[in-house]
This record gives sequence, C-alpha cells and structure tokens, in this order.
Amino acid sequence: MSGFFRRLAGIPWRSIAGDAFSRALLVAQAYCAVHVVDQHLCSLAFVRGPSMLPAINLAGDVLAVDRVSARLGRVENGDVVLMISPEDPRKVVAKRVLGMEGDSVTYLVDPGNSDASKTVVVPQGHVWVQGDNIYASKDSRQFGAVPYGLITGKIFCRVSSVISFASLSF
Amino acid sequence: MARALAFAWPYAKFCIVGGLFGRTFADWCASVSSVDGESMSPTLDGHQAERMLVEKRCLYTYDFTRGDVVVLRSPRSHREVLVKRLIALPGDWIQVPENQEIRQIPQGHCWVEGDNAANSSDSRSYGPVPLGLMQGRVTHVVWPPQRIRRVDRNMPEGRIMSQ
Repeated sequence: MSGFFRRLAGIPWRSIAGDAFSRALLVAQAYCAVHVVDQHLCSLAFVRGPSMLPAINLAGDVLAVDRVSARLGRVENGDVVLMISPEDPRKVVAKRVLGMEGDSVTYLVDPGNSDASKTVVVPQGHVWVQGDNIYASKDSRQFGAVPYGLITGKIFCRVSSVISFASLSF
Repeated sequence: MARALAFAWPYAKFCIVGGLFGRTFADWCASVSSVDGESMSPTLDGHQAERMLVEKRCLYTYDFTRGDVVVLRSPRSHREVLVKRLIALPGDWIQVPENQEIRQIPQGHCWVEGDNAANSSDSRSYGPVPLGLMQGRVTHVVWPPQRIRRVDRNMPEGRIMSQ
C-alpha cells in the first residue's frame, strides 16, 4: 500500500503538467488560427438544394467562400453569395445577386403559371438575390430585398468538381 | 538582416498569436465597443466616451429577450454598426404610434428602437430588421469608471402583444 503511494510520489507530475499545458496551448493556437481564417479570410461551404441549379448540384457541392470581398463591399451583380436567411437567422443560404442598391430589378412573379412581371427599385443598403432555378427557389421575390449586412461571403470556386464524388446507382 | 529577423521573430509571433486569441475571443465570447451618438441616451451616452461590453453568446442560437440592448449592422449601410433596444420578437404585434398602425413582425425579424425616441433612426423608419444582422448584446458599461454598471433590459409599456 505504501509502495503504491511512493511510486505515485515518484512520478514527475510537474513536467507532465508542463507538457500537457504546452500541447493544449498549441491546440488552442491552431483552433484560433483556423477560426480566424475560416470566418474572416476564406472558407469552404457545403451547399445543397434545388434553388441554384444548374450552377450548384441538388445533392450538394463544396464551394470556396471568399469572406474578405463581402466585408469590403466588393459584391456585384452576378456574384453567387452566401448569406444568412432573412427568415431564419440560423440558416445560411446561397443565392445570386441580381441587383445592388439603386438598381431597378424586373422579375417574374409566378414563372410556372403566368408571364406577369414586376419591377422594383432596390432600397439603400440592400441587395436583390434570386436563385438560378426560379421555379424552386425562395428568394427576394418572396421576402424582398435583403440588407447587405446579411451577406457572409462570396463564392468564387467549386472545389468538389476537382475531387469528384460520384455515386453509381443503377 | 537575418539576425534582426531572428531577434524580432519571438515578439512578432507573440503579437500574431495574441491577435488570433483576441479575435477568436471577441467572436465567440465578448468584446468591448465604444458608443457613438445619442440614440440610446440616457442608457448609453456617446458624449462621455463610454465603452460597453458586448457579449456574443446570444448569437449561437439567436436567443434574444424583449428589452435587450443589442448591437446590430445597419440595414441601410452594412459598414455601420448600431446599438438599439430590441422591443419585439418574430410573431409579435407592435403598435407604432407615429404611423397609427399595428404591425406583425415577420419570421426571422425583430423590431429595434433607440431609448432616445426623438433622436433615433430605428425600426420606426426602416421597419423590422432581420435577426441575422445582430452582432451581440450589451450587458455592461465598462468605461469610464464612474459609469460602470449593468445595462438592464426594460420594455416600453403597452406597445407589444406577444404571440
């Protein structure tokens, strides 16, 4: 019994603690570096759904997101952006910007059923976003122009076509 | 040249690592911001160079309570950051006395107003704002020392009917 405690006292606790601390610090530094790059520089996003067909696959694509240009205000018409959904702040959606502030946007109100279109001017500080697949997309045609501040990144590259995950089903 | 670099490197590394820790802490936990303008007096007063503690944990689940003082990006200009009081949550009915109307807050949006009603441009001019624009919640004033206190939530009487 006392031999057990003697061995316990013989273990180099100080240097083990020192080692553990320096490794934990390294992990913390790595986590912080990854967080800062992911949130403020460049990130990867997995986007799926029908609203951006044919640009983005139904089953999902991995896209590279540029966070710097969005924050600097360098988003233009035609860019595909990642933004926080105005209907649920916990969701992030990908849409294409079709109008910047001051632009006049004409859109089809109900493309499946009629040819009626409406024209609207995008208010100050807002953007007009639409999915490429207007038949299956919930976008500015339903919820109106969205404030630019909801945009979190600009998509500049599709990563998953370089590494293709093809599922064979017969 | 190489010796100067080798000498400066540990200090540079310390600054870079400190910056990363600080940025991560400011994004996940809390940060300190300065107050500008008068739209929230007397609760927050920009003229005394006040600094407020903005906590970010409310952004994990967008869990706000009516009456919180929040920091948000302006819907009119994404570079501007405003501080207002959150009066109504999605689904609430709010009475807007200026326009004699009663509006329902849509899903995912909220209604913000400055405490200094005469001198504040807020949801009464631009309507409900999406919750996605929220950047944090103000919990305390931390500077100057004579103004250190907690910022409490309080609600204007009789303007809201909740869901």
